[in-house]
Amino acid sequence: MTELSNKNFINTISSKIPLILLFVSILNDYDFNHLGLKYFSFNFSYILIFYYSVKKSESLGYSYIFIAGLFNDVVGGTPIGLTSLIYLIICVAASYLRNITLRPSLIKDGIFFLITILIVNSLLFVALNFIFNYELNYFDQIINITYTFLLYFLFSNLFDIFENYFVGSNNVR
Amino acid sequence: METSRDDFVIAIRSAFLKKGAQQRFSLLSLILFSIIFLILGSLNFKAINYVKITIKEIVYRSSFIVSGPENFIKDSYFTIQNHKNLYKENEKNKSELAKLKSKDLSNKFIILENQRLKNIIDDYVSESDAVVAKVLSDKGSPFLKSIIINKGSKQGLYLGMIAMDGEYLVGKVVEVNYLSSRVLLLSDLNSKIPVTLEPGGLLSILSGTGEDHGVIQYTKKYKEIQSQSIIYTSGTSGLFKAGIPIGRINSNFLGDGKKVEFFSDFSQLRFVKIFSFIKNGAE
Repeated sequence: MTELSNKNFINTISSKIPLILLFVSILNDYDFNHLGLKYFSFNFSYILIFYYSVKKSESLGYSYIFIAGLFNDVVGGTPIGLTSLIYLIICVAASYLRNITLRPSLIKDGIFFLITILIVNSLLFVALNFIFNYELNYFDQIINITYTFLLYFLFSNLFDIFENYFVGSNNVR
Repeated sequence: METSRDDFVIAIRSAFLKKGAQQRFSLLSLILFSIIFLILGSLNFKAINYVKITIKEIVYRSSFIVSGPENFIKDSYFTIQNHKNLYKENEKNKSELAKLKSKDLSNKFIILENQRLKNIIDDYVSESDAVVAKVLSDKGSPFLKSIIINKGSKQGLYLGMIAMDGEYLVGKVVEVNYLSSRVLLLSDLNSKIPVTLEPGGLLSILSGTGEDHGVIQYTKKYKEIQSQSIIYTSGTSGLFKAGIPIGRINSNFLGDGKKVEFFSDFSQLRFVKIFSFIKNGAE
């Protein structure tokens, strides 16, 4: 009985890990600045949201994603609600991909992810630059998009391993 | 064509409106929420400001806790970097220290050797603090070539100290008062100091003449004295350090008494430096 309740507890915690990761990544603002790399930055939350929205949408609730976006706005100092909108657009794209996909493949997901982040970053750039008068470096945005796209493949595999071996859900799409 | 369009519409509608197993709100409603937040936020709506303040409070406090592990990693990274640098720096310092130690050893050897040699020749190896004194008056009498300076025993002057004009010897202190002293110039008739003539290293005595020049006396090797020879103190009297320049042999006057032109013009003295040379262990 105790063993069963322990297993349930571990399963509950494991299933909440993506959510914890999302909030930790937002509150911590993972950017690897301390490495002193000038031309390196990526958006971990984009990867996480897209991956879990595509493969296991129940792991990250849309409401939590919305709240995470609000938190990110506070941390980043951007207009409140903007990141939530961006995150939700990623969710829409991921949901659409899930609906239309019959045979999932990492390459297709990656390409769709690239298109999605190109669109959302363009929206972000337009909104911040032209509506809210924020200064953004176009080059930095490109760097960010490139690394986010490239690292999607790595993190996608890592999340697959995590889901298959730690959470034990072999039904990850 | 019609079917694929329908599929697209269905997929989009599903994406926007379909709620998952544990979703309370549809994506569309949350997107609308976000847009409302954005608009009201940009209009400085009070309720949104309160929400913002509340979120900030939560975020700032929780980010402190959440950033703990990352800060630990960061600190560890910097510590490792510092350790790596420390190792390199230590290696560099070690090699530099080894070089400096070897240099220091050779310097110490030179210093010790110098002191030993000076002790052998009984030379002065250090000098006391110099006192710069102003010349109050100079006695132009042919019987007394001396100057009065404005420093005395109050400033630590005592009998036998030497007076220099720059690097050239001009005389020695022969009278010390509380606030003034008298310096007997080398040109005075009573001034006699042991000197060396270079080149040749000829030892002799330089005597004052009562005029503005001196003469070389008490040597049997007058013929060996070359014109333009330089006169230095020999240091044999125990009063002066060896090697202080005094003057030059005047080539126009090469009689029995060799005439010496002083490097310093005694009639133009305004300030002189007074000090003494101390032997090692004399203090």
